[in-house]
Amino acid sequence: MISRREFLQASAAATAILGSGAVGNWSALAAKQAITQDQLLDFDDYGNVTLVHITDIHAQVKPIYFREPSINLGVGGVVGKPPHVTGADMLKMFDLKPGTPEAYALTYEDFIGLSSAYGRMGGLDRVGTVLNSIRSTREDRMILLDGGDTWQGSYVANHTNGQDMVDIMNALRPDAMTSHWEFTLGEDRVQEIVDSLDFPFLGSNIFDKEWDEPAFEHTKMYERGGVKIAVVGQAFPYLPIANPGWMFPTYSFGIREDVLQDNVNAARADGADLVVVLSHNGFDVDRKLASRVTGIDVILTGHTHDALPEPVMVGKTMLIASGSNGKFVSRLDLNVQSGEVKGFKYRLIPIFSDVITPDKDVAAIIDGTRAPHEAELGRVLGRTESLLYRRGNFNGTFDDLICNALLEQREADIALSPGFRWGPTLVPGQDITVEDLFNSTAMSYPAAYRSEMDGKLIKDILEDVADNLFNPDPYYQQGGDMVRVGGMGYTIDISKQIGSRISNMTLLKDGSSIDPSKNYVVSGWASVNEETEGPAIWDVVEDHLAHHKTVSIEENKSVVVHGV
Amino acid sequence: MNLDRRQVLALGVGAAVMTAIGLPGVAVAAVGDVEKAIAEFTKGAEITTGKVVLSAPQIAENGNTVPIEVTVESEMTQASYVDAVMILAAGNPNPGVATFKFSPMSGEALASTRIRLAKTQDIIVIARMNDGSCYKDQKTVKVTIGGCGG
Repeated sequence: MISRREFLQASAAATAILGSGAVGNWSALAAKQAITQDQLLDFDDYGNVTLVHITDIHAQVKPIYFREPSINLGVGGVVGKPPHVTGADMLKMFDLKPGTPEAYALTYEDFIGLSSAYGRMGGLDRVGTVLNSIRSTREDRMILLDGGDTWQGSYVANHTNGQDMVDIMNALRPDAMTSHWEFTLGEDRVQEIVDSLDFPFLGSNIFDKEWDEPAFEHTKMYERGGVKIAVVGQAFPYLPIANPGWMFPTYSFGIREDVLQDNVNAARADGADLVVVLSHNGFDVDRKLASRVTGIDVILTGHTHDALPEPVMVGKTMLIASGSNGKFVSRLDLNVQSGEVKGFKYRLIPIFSDVITPDKDVAAIIDGTRAPHEAELGRVLGRTESLLYRRGNFNGTFDDLICNALLEQREADIALSPGFRWGPTLVPGQDITVEDLFNSTAMSYPAAYRSEMDGKLIKDILEDVADNLFNPDPYYQQGGDMVRVGGMGYTIDISKQIGSRISNMTLLKDGSSIDPSKNYVVSGWASVNEETEGPAIWDVVEDHLAHHKTVSIEENKSVVVHGV
Repeated sequence: MNLDRRQVLALGVGAAVMTAIGLPGVAVAAVGDVEKAIAEFTKGAEITTGKVVLSAPQIAENGNTVPIEVTVESEMTQASYVDAVMILAAGNPNPGVATFKFSPMSGEALASTRIRLAKTQDIIVIARMNDGSCYKDQKTVKVTIGGCGG
């Protein structure tokens, strides 16, 4: 593990090279003192360009609780490097004090206790206020970039095919976006929305499958503060593998490093002083990419939902990680002179919803999109006595709730639930509403299948997904967490190769070892296969909650992790 | 190997002739098959890296049709040209994919096609120059069960 000193050296060296020393002033927010809007928005304007980044909103327009992961393991060359530091290690690395607002925003430490002190985070009307504040002095120097995963992830987004998010985002006036889950609305719907947008939907790596030609705009040039800025978009590379390719059969994706290099070179040749990649690759993919593709000044990362209070430098390229679910907005001020970044100032702005006043105009649009659905959104399905969260490499308690529902309602031996990184947190004592349930399940392929699989196939699935997460080469990582498993325990050695990471698979109901040749009844959801049959996952969980009324789910101990 | 019109068009400017390699039909490729095919193609010449570049996706979007492209750096003159490029899918039941034949008339040594991969495996390409020297590139293409990203 990299020591705090080494990390500081790396970051200080970069800072020294670039001149200005400021990377936000997180620890200045006094511990346990009331935070004010002025403190959160405080930023001495710097340089001639301001990049504002928000990503992976997953249709979370209202403030939510979001517990950052306790387990977020790195492999290969990135063990212990950001973002693969959590909890107390993260506090230590960034010199943050426990119990402070920033500790609450960035880690899972004492999450339940601090949630009552600092409340919910996010809310796009609060984001609107932050943007107004930045625009008040930087309008002509600012670009707002949306990293994608914007149109999916809530009840209303699901029922309007993403239209609520399109309307709300339009009010925030982004200058460009890139994409991932957008495509799960189906390619016709994507095209329909893209045609309606005032800003480009960038994807350097989205190609027409048949002709192998670029299918969307790849680069957009802007002029701000006398600086020519090229923004190159990079969509999630593994869309047809991680999501149902049949929903967008026209397109092929992939990392396409050489294409990106060509587009960066073309932007430079076209006179760009600053080259920004708006990426949905995932942090580790971008870290590798930054070491191989030349000429990029800033990568605004996304997909893996990491929130980092300081930029990570790879050579001269700066990587920014702005979190997810509307919890943060990144502001990066740059001093760009004769085609070079001479200095920067960065702040990851936490959106404390009780502190930041909502912007009235955005709030009105949000209310309008929700009005037809309010009664259903607020319908109470049950109550939780324990923390329900998803994010983390292995099982989260919200996924355990889903797996329990699959096991009971679908009468299965084993339940599988995908390792999504979206889905907010519920705190103990909270009602579970339809809105909450959809926040963790809303998608366009929700069928909860029930089928027989032999033990070998179950192991193959676990091995396959584990390799998507723990392959030492980031270019083979797809950016999801490990598939969640109900009814079965296992041991995983993340340092091993595909085929030998998973062992000790045990059926929990009788303690027997999983037999490779024996068939088990497996229920799961979000299959990428066309014509998957079964009730929608939210109906399965609703039935489960109707039976149980109140749930209390302790941390899952059935996955044993080695090789860390 | 059957090629439809689109695949033939996709072969690219430089490709002159493509022939499927007829290796004995065995259910599972033995390491020996790959080595044997390479030995026959190189005629014993030493293989070095460089000059030939294989482009392939890291993870196949569809293992049944994986697009790949091979380019070889060469003047493509009578004095110095690429004679042939052999493509092997080391993990397929039958590793032989294709051999592309070139001549100075080809103009450039570039070939692209789509191949079927039974599982995660290495794609190996070897270019043989007119002087008999051989160059190699290889990439691992992952074929996943798919399902849980996001």
